[in-house]
Order: sequence, then structure tokens, then C-alpha cells
Amino acid sequence: MATVPKVDVGTDYKEKYGFFVPEEYVFKAKRGLNPDIVKEISWMKQEPEWMTKFRLRSLEIFRKKPMPNWGADLSVIDFENIFYYLKASDKQSKSWEDLPPDIKATYDRLGVPEAERKFLAGVSAQYESEVVYHSLQEELTKKGVIFTDTDSALRDHPELFKEYFGTVIPPADNKFSALNSAVWSGGSFIYVPKGVRVDIPLQAYFRINAENMGQFERTLIICDEGSFVHYIEGCTAPIYTTDSLHSAVVEIIVKKGARCRYTTIQNWSTNVFNLVTKRAMAYADATMEWVDGNLGSQITMKYPSVYLMEPGAKGDVLSVAFAGKGQHQDAGGKMIHVAPNTTSTITSKSISKAGGRTSYRGHIKIYPDAKNSKSFVKCDALLLDDESRSDTYPYNDVDAENVTLGHEATVSKVSDEQLFYLMSRGITRNEAETMIVNGFIEPFTKELPLEYAVELNRLIQLEMEGSVG
Amino acid sequence: MADFEIRDLRASVEGKEILKGVTLAINKGEVHAVMGPNGSGKSTLSHTLMGHPGYTVDGGSVIFKGQNVLALQPDERARLGMFLAFQYPVVVPGISMTNFLRTALNAKRGYDGKDKSKQVTPKEFRSLLKGELEVLHMDDSFLPRYINDGFSGGEKKRAEILQMAILKPEIAILDETDSGLDIDSIKFVAEAVNRMRGPELGVLIITHYTRILEFIKPDYVHVLVDGKFVLSGGPEVAERLEKTGYSEWGHAEELKPEEVA
Repeated sequence: MATVPKVDVGTDYKEKYGFFVPEEYVFKAKRGLNPDIVKEISWMKQEPEWMTKFRLRSLEIFRKKPMPNWGADLSVIDFENIFYYLKASDKQSKSWEDLPPDIKATYDRLGVPEAERKFLAGVSAQYESEVVYHSLQEELTKKGVIFTDTDSALRDHPELFKEYFGTVIPPADNKFSALNSAVWSGGSFIYVPKGVRVDIPLQAYFRINAENMGQFERTLIICDEGSFVHYIEGCTAPIYTTDSLHSAVVEIIVKKGARCRYTTIQNWSTNVFNLVTKRAMAYADATMEWVDGNLGSQITMKYPSVYLMEPGAKGDVLSVAFAGKGQHQDAGGKMIHVAPNTTSTITSKSISKAGGRTSYRGHIKIYPDAKNSKSFVKCDALLLDDESRSDTYPYNDVDAENVTLGHEATVSKVSDEQLFYLMSRGITRNEAETMIVNGFIEPFTKELPLEYAVELNRLIQLEMEGSVG
Repeated sequence: MADFEIRDLRASVEGKEILKGVTLAINKGEVHAVMGPNGSGKSTLSHTLMGHPGYTVDGGSVIFKGQNVLALQPDERARLGMFLAFQYPVVVPGISMTNFLRTALNAKRGYDGKDKSKQVTPKEFRSLLKGELEVLHMDDSFLPRYINDGFSGGEKKRAEILQMAILKPEIAILDETDSGLDIDSIKFVAEAVNRMRGPELGVLIITHYTRILEFIKPDYVHVLVDGKFVLSGGPEVAERLEKTGYSEWGHAEELKPEEVA
């Protein structure tokens, strides 16, 4: 595993991620949600009529659908107190220098331009509702790779867009996919042509700055036959006393023989509700991998899923959740086996500390045609103290024959023996606990590019020092 | 006064009195062996000295460098210069031995993430490791493995001594280091310990059997029975135990270990 770099213990979330800059917006919609706001968003974006109608229809669905009552407690969300659309800059830049100084300073402080220079093939930066910065290596553009924000994609690639948009996650899928469909803004659009491999990761960075903000990015990734892409998203927000809402929809299509890896390091401040729908369709011999790290937020509900549509399709979810004081991470994964000879694995690692709560929620569905399919689920929970809590909610529906379905779950505590052993070598209690936690999530960390593994270990260290939130 | 003084140490486990007043003075440069039958309090002694939270100190003191270490956390004791080679080294998954050794060495040197001059350099660390691995007949392949994870009995004990060699304590407690070891491993471990012997190191070997004392010659031998020393002397005490065992104190236990394959 990567070496854990020492951090200055004086640095905490507040300094590194939790700062905010004064609001200077080009446009800020009124608080609350109604057809006029939705029409206004669509008008601001100069969208085609079909999209305006799609949004209004989605709003209706959102209103009719009840709040989900099976997961975390969402009753505290006040939908009328949220700003649904906030535009901070009137144009999108290809150069960090062209951004408004406050916004540039924000990303500098978060280290995004530096990361781009060092190890990324393309970067997208979303600030509030809109993508403010975008870049892609020229070589990839020449190969026909499209990496742009979703609004631009609707404008510049209307046919491709319309063919796939909303096909993986329709508005009526759930209450929050309906909400996103009504007020979506920003997000990433990626198209990788047949046989093209994007060997260096593409990254999007989502930043909420304003209070009571709602961020509803919409991401659509299409991996054409035999292609490969690794997309990474990071997200942070300032610490406010009132709540913000992040509700994204991510749709991915992985065609025959292609592979897509989607890595998330979610590090929202603890006043953010993070309610995200992520789903991929994997076709013949295609591979979809969700690598999903959830550290921040007040409540996260997120279950990345893969529909294994054709023979040989493979789905992986590897997720880590860390819940500290006042946090509830309700995360997991779903694997829907539609075709024969499909395989899936879900590996979930959760850590609860200082009264935090983690839940694993998973669904394995194997349809009658999905003969000879295999699925394996493993969830491990680590509790750091007696106040914290972890639950497991696995749901399995198997309607096919000759399938292999495995499930393993463990709950453990940081043992006194491990602590004593490490401390007997001169390592402080706090550092020993951090090592044990980093060791626990090592199966996850080792899947990350080195820079992100280092960053994740550092974030865990911050969480362990109790300075977050 | 001696470099490391255990004075009238009394300790209990889950309310049961185990150590009933142990007094022992160790100077750097000396090797002491504490021998005793099962249940005599040997492991309570080692755990209490290092500060395991499951052992309660009921009285006495342990003075090292002018401090009563019984008031210190285990990590503070280690940074002061104490070391315990565990009888049963603990598995910590996901952390490589390299990472562990480097973190421990940095901690020992007082590196707290700020003063980079205290941090061990990669070059220094590599050369330090290389030499010690050779002495213990271990190869590099052991370094990326997780702490004690899947290690054989012999590998675990050698890894303990490797940690000792890297951390260079002034007082080292070897708790049943020979148990579960084949004869070759005992020789390698003993060779490594003997190399470290010198005016800067005091050693306390805790053992049931005399076997390890054939390879690491003690200066003093103390017999612990029912939480108290019943006999102290030079190496001849071990020879006497070799012949009579602990029978004169009412314990009819074998002093020869079963041969380990």
C-alpha cells in the first residue's frame, strides 16, 4: 500500500476543504421548487423544447413520488429552502487563468490544477450548478474522445445525447432521480469511440460553495465497443450550519468488450445530504467497475448498480464508507443479472466512529435467463467504539438455476491487542488506530491511482484526528 | 541505582492477584533470565512492564531514566527505550511490514510529521533493513507482507527480533521467544540478540525452558513461582533447573520443550 504521508495536525477539513468564498453570482434562482424555476433553468440554458418538457414531466413525477422510507431519515430535508440553480460565471474556461479569481483560488486551494498537470488526461470543474473549467488532452480529442460538460453535450452532440440520456435511469426510477431530471445542471459527458483506450484518468471535481445550495449534476458515459476509460470524481463543500443537497444521476453504457471504471472520493462537508443514483448497463463481455469512497456528508444514500445485459458481462462494486459523529452512510451496490454467464462482486468496507452509523444495503437479482451466473458479496464493518453502529441489509432474488451466490459479512472492533502491539513500538494511539483503519480499507485503497490512495489515507487520518465537522 | 528497576511490583488480571511483589534491577549490558512454570506470572510480568491495558497494577514501581514507567502509555514506554518481543505477535491486516517498521522507527525518533530532520531517509532505512535481514536469515519478500499475516511461528519470532534490531531499545524484554521455534530459528534469533548485546542494552528473557539460554547466555537467572522470585543467582541456577525442573517448588513440569518439526 501507499505510504501514509504525515499531515500537519493543524490542518483540518475546515481549512483544507471547508472554506467558502463570498457569493458573486451571475444568476441565482429563487429558493424553492416549482414549474417556473424549472422553466427558468431550461430557458437560461437555451435548451431544446424536448428537454424543457422532460424537466417539467420529471418535476411532476418528483411531486407524486413519496419519500423513500426504507433507508436513512430524510424527513429533515426542506425542499423549499434550497437554491436549485446557481450560476457563478458567465462562461466556461479552457484555462484556469480565465476563471473569476475567487473560483480559481478555490480550485488552486483544492489542488485540482496541480493534479491535472501531474496525472490526468482531462479535467472538468463544476462550481455550484455549472461546469466552469474544462480540458482534454488534444491527442484524445483527435481520437474522437468526447469529454465535456453535459449541458454542452446536449448542444453540441444532440443526436448522441438523445440516444442515451435517461435510458439507463429514467426520471421515474426514484424520487431523487426525478428531482435530478427536473433541475439537472452540469455533470460530465464522455464518449469513448470503438477500440479507444483512455489510459490516463479523466477527472471531474464538484464543488458547492453557497449555503442551502442544491447541486444536481448529470453524468452520462458511453464506452463504445472495446474501449476503456477511467473516470474519477471528487467533491467537497464548505461547512455551514444549514443543509445543502447533492443529488446526482450517473448513467453509464458499457458496450461489447469495453471496460469502464468509475472512481468516487466523496468528501462532502457534514451538512450535505448526498442522494445519488448511479447505474451502468454492461453488454457482452463488458466490465463495469464502481470504486466508491464515501467519507463526508450528513447522510449518503448511494447504491451503484450494474445491469448485466448480455453474456459475459461483469460488474464490480468496491465501496468504502466512513461515518463519524452525526453521519449516516447508507451505501452498497446492486447487481442485476439479466443474461447467462454474467458475474458480479460487491465488496463493502465500512468504518463507524464517534456514534456514526454505516449501513450496507445491497441487492442481487438473478433473472431466470441468467443461467451459470456468479455473484459474490462481502461486507466488512469496523467499529471504533461502542457508540457507533453498523447494519447489513442484503437482498437476494435468485430466479435462475445453476447460479453461484456467496455472501460474507463481518463486524469487528479495533482490538486492544492490535493497538497494544502497535503502541508497544512507540506509535501513538491515534496513529495506531489510523493505521488499523487504513489497513482495513487497503483492499480499496490499492485499487486507486497512487495519488488518490495517498489522499484517501490522509483524509482517513484527518477523520481519525476527529477534527472534521 | 540500576538502569532499570522493578520494585515490589504487584499486578492482577480480572481481579486475580498474579504478581505478588517482584523486585529486579537490570543494568544495561546485562542479560537476565526469568524462568518459571506455567501460571507463575511470567506473561503478566512482561505485559505489565509494557503497559497492556488488560493488566492492573496494584502496587510497586518500575523506574527507568528517572521515571516511573507504570504511569506511561505503552507508546511512551517504547519511545523511552523499552521493547517487548511478543510471545504471540499480533496480525494487523493491510499494513505492510515495511510501513510498520518505518512508522515505528520514525515514532521512536520523535518524528511527529513536522520536523523532517527526524524522519528516517529511504536510503538509511534500506541499508538498516538489509543488514538486519541478513543476520536473521530473512529475505526481502517478507517486507511487503502484512504485519504477521500468514507468518509461520519462526517468521513471527524473527520479525520481532528484526523490530528490536531496528528500534534499538535500551531495555528489551523477550517473552517466550523460543516457544514454537525450530532449532535453526532459535540459532538465528539468538545470533541476532547476541550481536545486539553490549553496554547499551539490558535484556530480560522470560522463558519456561532452559533451551534458549544455551544460545543466549544469561548473566543472572531468577526463578518466578506463584508471582514471586523464589531463587536468584548466576547461570548455575539454569543448570540446576535443567536437572530438577521446578519440582522443588511443587511443579512437576518438564523443562525440555517438545521438539518442533
